[in-house]
Amino acid sequence: MSEFEQTVRQICSAFKNDRTRMMDIVQAVQARFGCVSGEALDVIASAVNTTRVEVQSTVSFYSFLTAQPKGRIVIRLCSDPVDEMAGMEPVARAFEAELGIRMGETTPDGAITLEWTPCIGMSDQAPAALINDVVVTYLSTDKAREIVAELRRSGDPRKLVHRLGDGHNAHPLVRSMVHNNVRRKGPVVLADLPPGAALRKALAMSPVEVIRDIKTARLRGRGGAGFPTGMKWEFTRQAEGDRKFVICNADEGEPGTFKDRVILTEYADLLFEGMAIAGYAIGAREGILYLRGEYAYLRPLLEHVLQVRRDAGLLGRDICGKRGVEFDIRIQLGAGAYVCGEETSLISSCEGLRGDPKNRPPFPAQKGYLGCPTSVNNVETFCCVARILDRGPGWFAEIGSKGSPGTKLFSVSGDCAAPGVYEYPFGVPLADLLRDVGAEDVQAVQVGGPSGQMVGPESFHRRLEYDDLATGGSIVVFNTSRDLVHVVARYLEFFVDESCGYCTPCRVGNVLMLRKIAEILAGRGAPSDVAYLTGLAECVKFTSRCGLGQTSPNPVLSLIRNFPTALEGRIRPPAGEFLPTFDVRRALADTERLVGRPSVIYAP
Amino acid sequence: MPDKPRVATCSLAGCFGCHMSILDIDERILQLIELVEFDKSPIDDLKEFTGRCAVGLVEGGCCNEENVRVLQEFRKHCDVLVSVGECAICGGIPAMRNNIPLKECLDEAYLNGPTVHNPRRVYPNDPALPLVLDRVYPCHEVVKIDYHIQGCPPPADAIWQTLVALLNHRPVDLPYEVLKYD
Repeated sequence: MSEFEQTVRQICSAFKNDRTRMMDIVQAVQARFGCVSGEALDVIASAVNTTRVEVQSTVSFYSFLTAQPKGRIVIRLCSDPVDEMAGMEPVARAFEAELGIRMGETTPDGAITLEWTPCIGMSDQAPAALINDVVVTYLSTDKAREIVAELRRSGDPRKLVHRLGDGHNAHPLVRSMVHNNVRRKGPVVLADLPPGAALRKALAMSPVEVIRDIKTARLRGRGGAGFPTGMKWEFTRQAEGDRKFVICNADEGEPGTFKDRVILTEYADLLFEGMAIAGYAIGAREGILYLRGEYAYLRPLLEHVLQVRRDAGLLGRDICGKRGVEFDIRIQLGAGAYVCGEETSLISSCEGLRGDPKNRPPFPAQKGYLGCPTSVNNVETFCCVARILDRGPGWFAEIGSKGSPGTKLFSVSGDCAAPGVYEYPFGVPLADLLRDVGAEDVQAVQVGGPSGQMVGPESFHRRLEYDDLATGGSIVVFNTSRDLVHVVARYLEFFVDESCGYCTPCRVGNVLMLRKIAEILAGRGAPSDVAYLTGLAECVKFTSRCGLGQTSPNPVLSLIRNFPTALEGRIRPPAGEFLPTFDVRRALADTERLVGRPSVIYAP
Repeated sequence: MPDKPRVATCSLAGCFGCHMSILDIDERILQLIELVEFDKSPIDDLKEFTGRCAVGLVEGGCCNEENVRVLQEFRKHCDVLVSVGECAICGGIPAMRNNIPLKECLDEAYLNGPTVHNPRRVYPNDPALPLVLDRVYPCHEVVKIDYHIQGCPPPADAIWQTLVALLNHRPVDLPYEVLKYD
């Protein structure tokens, strides 16, 4: 057995040769060897008793995993529209010039790879990038040059962090330049809670009483869909099966969202407290925190918080001294796939598979992770749970609006004076939020990220709540200097990249929409294009398999609905018979060159 | 009878199969003659348009500049333009070359093919020969197309019912059975 094979087999056996832990195995192999090579695929497949193609399909799915060697250092520049607005293009050009390579390439010495990546959750400190696991923020062309020089000198991305961020960003286990930018604290999420306070109150009740409290508080999921949390727990509790799971969805990939990052940095205890309460309520002994790969830098801190809680008897066996109550949490690291924020894809990913969505029903509450009843909830939801148990459901239900009790965290970025995280009671008018964040000359606001909706000033009086302007928390502001059609094109590019490719409407439809928008941007729009885009968007929305395709046409639809002149202003009736997209001279140029004579019919 | 609506048809990069299907309306062709006047069409062999047409039926996609010119003429002279069949709608068999670089296509056809005799090794370049396009285009990528009748070829009934409906300004009713191919 070669040394390589031995090492890979050791990694596999560290995860008990369990193929449902494939994500951890391939990530460990890549961390050791720089990629998951064809040879590694064979060894892993044989060690965990599966086929090579199974391993390969997982590796090929995630953008942070690679079968080909990349540079020892991978620089991933954030391609989000907010980063572009903050000046990412010149930064990218500076990196290219300094490294002597183009985006997507590796330096000839194999040291550094340069590539794009979608929103890394740093929109409030854009332009930002990931350099291996290290986050660098507020980039400029000068900083790009300094970064390349430092990487060439030391080869160590950690040396790029000079000034540490606030709060736990400066914790020895984090040491990051990220800033929390907490601008407005509320009583529910961004507030302290002594570890164990809520959990002890929960354990003093029966599990059914805990669920009743959550229902009384009328808590709804904070990820965006707004499903009643108590009902989800009740379904999971009532589902048959001895083994049940609590999963925390910390895969916040919706462009422009970063509030979970702040919770994970500063309020991880609150989150884990909520997860433990959920475990007690539904009868689960195991919990998983699915952490997006972009937040890998927070993992050591989170592991530390978990260990402190174990040592304090707040996790593990006989929690808080209560006999038979057992719950522990493991962290599952993602690897750069937006679709894994969709709960069934997230479960697939936890199972070591491609992040493909699963068919529903059965819902995860019946058959989720490993076929067991599973409750998947958002980071912020678990924080609300802990607070509800501590302060009581009545206290919670008094906050916010009638259909949307409690508070909501908003990640605000784009054209405003004070981007960052804001906690408001639900029902706050969008106009109030825009005033507080210092947004002036506003043309449009993207509420709920690209999968949400883009609204104009006529909607600024509307309220941020489930029954009006619903959002998982992303608020991106565009002032009047921004080209909304261009923004929509960028969002479509994002969905094209992130579609898992399983179903045709999403895989193909998003590409067709993007092409049409690109033609319109290039001045080749035809009057029939708006009807074409509307029909196509409705079709993709209606026929796609999961939430990604069901929401990916929203940027196009809200542009047409709320900003009708944006597209129409770019479209002129064609002068002759040809469509504006057809250029007969271009279609003939190659043949004229090859044959050696000009066209007679369409003479140049 | 100047009152009869005029209909034009053409076959661009197609196999004339769709035209065969038009003829496949059997004895209804006598009704058709009562109903319409044919303008430019291979059916009456009129080479150019003689007037404004109500409906143009287009078979085949555009593989060369002559196809483009004819399609342009159809758009200019017809109120309603219909793509008939797979090649007009998607490019069809001719579009199989779209994945092969143009030079390789020409080399195989005129220089390197096993039955080619071309001692001077030149591509045919007489000005009378239309130049091929960089790729085969479906008709709706060149001009605005109002309707599509799918099939290879579309059944005679589908073509007939579409034509009758268009000429009578009625909605087209094509039941599943008429457009079922398996």
